[in-house]
Amino acid sequence: MFYLTAITLGLALGALCLGIFISLRIFNFPDITADGSYTLGGVITAIGLVAGWGIVETLILATVAGMFAGTATGLIHTRMKLNSLLSGILVMTGLYSINLAILGRSNVPVPFDSASVFNFFHPFAERTYNELLTLLIIFALLVVFLTWLLKTDFGLSMRASGNNPNMARGFGVNANFIKVIGLAIANGFIAISGFLVVQLQGFADINMGVGIVILGLGAVIIGESLMNILGWTKMWVRIGGVVIGSVVFRLIISLVLSAGVDPIWIKLLTAVVVLVIVGIPGLIPSIGKRIKLE
Amino acid sequence: MLEIKGVSKYFYSGAGEKTTALSGVNLHLKKGSYTVIVGGNGSGKSTLLNLIAGNLDCDEGEILLDGRAIHKKPDYSRAKWVSRIFQDPAAGTAPDLTLVENFRLAAVRKDPKGLKLGINRGFRSEVALRLEQLELGLEKKLNSPVSQLSGGQRQAATLLMATFVKPDILLMDEPSAALDPKSARIVMQLAGDVIAEQGLTAILVTHQMTEAVKYGDRLLQFRDGRVIKDLDAAAKGKLEPGDLLKWFQQDLE
Ligand SMILES: Nc1ncnc2c1ncn2[C@@H]1O[C@H](COP(=O)(O)OP(=O)(O)O)[C@@H](O)[C@H]1O
Ligand SMILES: [Mg+2]
Repeated sequence: MFYLTAITLGLALGALCLGIFISLRIFNFPDITADGSYTLGGVITAIGLVAGWGIVETLILATVAGMFAGTATGLIHTRMKLNSLLSGILVMTGLYSINLAILGRSNVPVPFDSASVFNFFHPFAERTYNELLTLLIIFALLVVFLTWLLKTDFGLSMRASGNNPNMARGFGVNANFIKVIGLAIANGFIAISGFLVVQLQGFADINMGVGIVILGLGAVIIGESLMNILGWTKMWVRIGGVVIGSVVFRLIISLVLSAGVDPIWIKLLTAVVVLVIVGIPGLIPSIGKRIKLE
Repeated sequence: MLEIKGVSKYFYSGAGEKTTALSGVNLHLKKGSYTVIVGGNGSGKSTLLNLIAGNLDCDEGEILLDGRAIHKKPDYSRAKWVSRIFQDPAAGTAPDLTLVENFRLAAVRKDPKGLKLGINRGFRSEVALRLEQLELGLEKKLNSPVSQLSGGQRQAATLLMATFVKPDILLMDEPSAALDPKSARIVMQLAGDVIAEQGLTAILVTHQMTEAVKYGDRLLQFRDGRVIKDLDAAAKGKLEPGDLLKWFQQDLE
């Protein structure tokens, strides 16, 4: 049961990890906006559900808000030429106030009788199984959508822009414009995680996004390393691997917590896990070659 | 026709010191002509190509393609007309995309990139067919990331990509300089064939005297950002690699 909860949370955070995969892996853009856009998705969901909105409107609004946040970061980076980290930190910092203004106070619970994505499927008696099923369906859809997108001409332009911007421009791609669109899509995904987690937990908190970037980063790297070690390189497998990475990461954390570690150490633990994974290639090059990290 | 009219380009160092990379260059390149440019290091050859492709902006002058001013358009808009090959074989392809994905981008160079899945069976066999003619075995690597190809293979692929959709102008900046002699010959021969086949207007910058003598129908020598020699096909035909070497000796003096 304990692990099941970890798996559902890992899946709910999978959209965030897909967003980070887009910004970091497609565009080589370490996007700190995520801390803010994830919370933005969450607070809009909480306020929307309290106000009695339907689930579709709530989802659309949360996603679009996230996309605006990504657009802001993208425009600051491409138009004003601020570096990626600074652009993201500026938007993230600004979003803190916006999120607090939307939420009204630091923590808002979602009413039990409000709309929820988890109300659609309930073949099982156990609530957690139903949640798991819903999340699996959502992730199948998101992985299929992202795989399709990255294989279209537009997606090829996105990938080329991140991979070799000069070449992309040479083939008629407005690399800066497409980077802004890409960051919008990434933060839309990230806001969807906020939307899901708030419904899973039953509340939104102004600090729910603190350190979430590192969590996403760790999941992306775990997922990619797994797929690389297995030698699976197909696009949908890589993308699915990111969601699996998210689940594995949550499981590691639950495992440690169940061993009796005080929850206040979660963030430190997260940072250490990511450091170890990112640091291994530097320390032991032979492993580094197999898991291929920048 | 490509017209370069009074084009100058300056660079300023951090200390404000001015370098003149190009100084009032005038050139008319006829449709279907193949111009070879030689000249010492820093004579402004790459700068000229960068200005035509839009990687740099002109400080003075204008560039007209078939009467249309293109020098104010951003590089990605000029991609409709201008294709490029660089010295670095890695520069012209996206390394993490597969070979066929790279070709797909090349196929839509002039078009908006929409939500279309363009890599179908027909497209694959079209690309494979073109790659087979290279006899480098590339048709078997359609699904490999381009990073796994050798420099020569990448440069040959870049050339095919650059001309997959016929460009109005093909710019080549020392395309064989980073390759082993055999790959260099294959790539240059391929370039010559494609240019002749499609009747392209092309510019080749090279340091290889044999290439400069063998290819093209016009030869320009650059020095200090100016054109100091301009030989037509007849005059160029009489040249020997030794004559070019003498020019360069003068450059060094
Ligand atoms: N991006 C740049 N910044 C500053 N100076 C440059 C830049 N590009 C070229 N230059 C200078 O302009 C001159 C011409 O360079 P270039 O066109 O690259 O020469 P070539 O290709 O003939 O060797 C050289 O003096 C070079 O140092
Ligand atoms: Mg040069």
